[in-house]
Amino acid sequence: MLITRKVEFSASHALRRELWTEAENVACYGAAANPHGHGHNYIVEVTLAGNPDPVTGMVMDLKELKEILNREVMEPFDHRFLNHEDSPFQTTIPTAENIAIEIWRRLCAPVQRDGVRLHAIRLWETPDLYVDYYGEEDSND
Amino acid sequence: MIEVTRRYSFSASHRLHSNAFSEAENSELFGKCNNPFGHGHNYEVFVTARGPLDSQTGRAFAPEILDNLVSTHVLAAYDHKYMNTDVSEFAELVPTTENVALAIAKRLADHWTEAFPAGTPRLRKILIRETDRNIFELTL
Repeated sequence: MLITRKVEFSASHALRRELWTEAENVACYGAAANPHGHGHNYIVEVTLAGNPDPVTGMVMDLKELKEILNREVMEPFDHRFLNHEDSPFQTTIPTAENIAIEIWRRLCAPVQRDGVRLHAIRLWETPDLYVDYYGEEDSND
Repeated sequence: MIEVTRRYSFSASHRLHSNAFSEAENSELFGKCNNPFGHGHNYEVFVTARGPLDSQTGRAFAPEILDNLVSTHVLAAYDHKYMNTDVSEFAELVPTTENVALAIAKRLADHWTEAFPAGTPRLRKILIRETDRNIFELTL
């Protein structure tokens, strides 16, 4: 069974590659290359796969999941400029793809239980763009 | 691998009607959707492409390439049109949203390698919201 919990954070980012000139950055990332950054209301949908516990009837206690999401997503990302404040985005470009992968990395171990594992991260950057990441062992090919 | 989805929208009308059936049968099968003058929706189309992350850009692909592809080969053909008469696929085919999803997938597939000559990303999914209550998803 899959269960999904949603969390929303607001943050700014700039898409720039230090090795590139200003013109190369603008050619690749357009307006998103503005060095001062710009912001989004990001929505993260965290999906776990597992079987309901026979006693509690739950795949995972959602209060517990909420605490993990607060610690691993909200505290480091909400109301931050991702490029400046948050590892690994001082060196990794905080594209939606890389943010989704980073959230996967942060959550993978903390949500792991007997018979429960992280299944997917969906990150909405705007209502017109989202990315899905299923981990390195993605079986969708 | 990572999947990136972009949302697009177009407004169009259609009439659900099949020449394989009589007028009475069409009316019975398609109900209000068989209104001879058509009716319209604001269609939302979610296009998902799947590929490896480019280690230089940190992206799976440049979204404007997909935007141009969809805009040129889908939105220009569908937006503010009566699909039954204005969109070539539906000359003989009923423009149900199932068939619209298949037709859009074919339009994108036909021009995919022009847009993405490297072979990645690949077209993964088309999801259409015809209304808030009617949603159609085609995984490729």
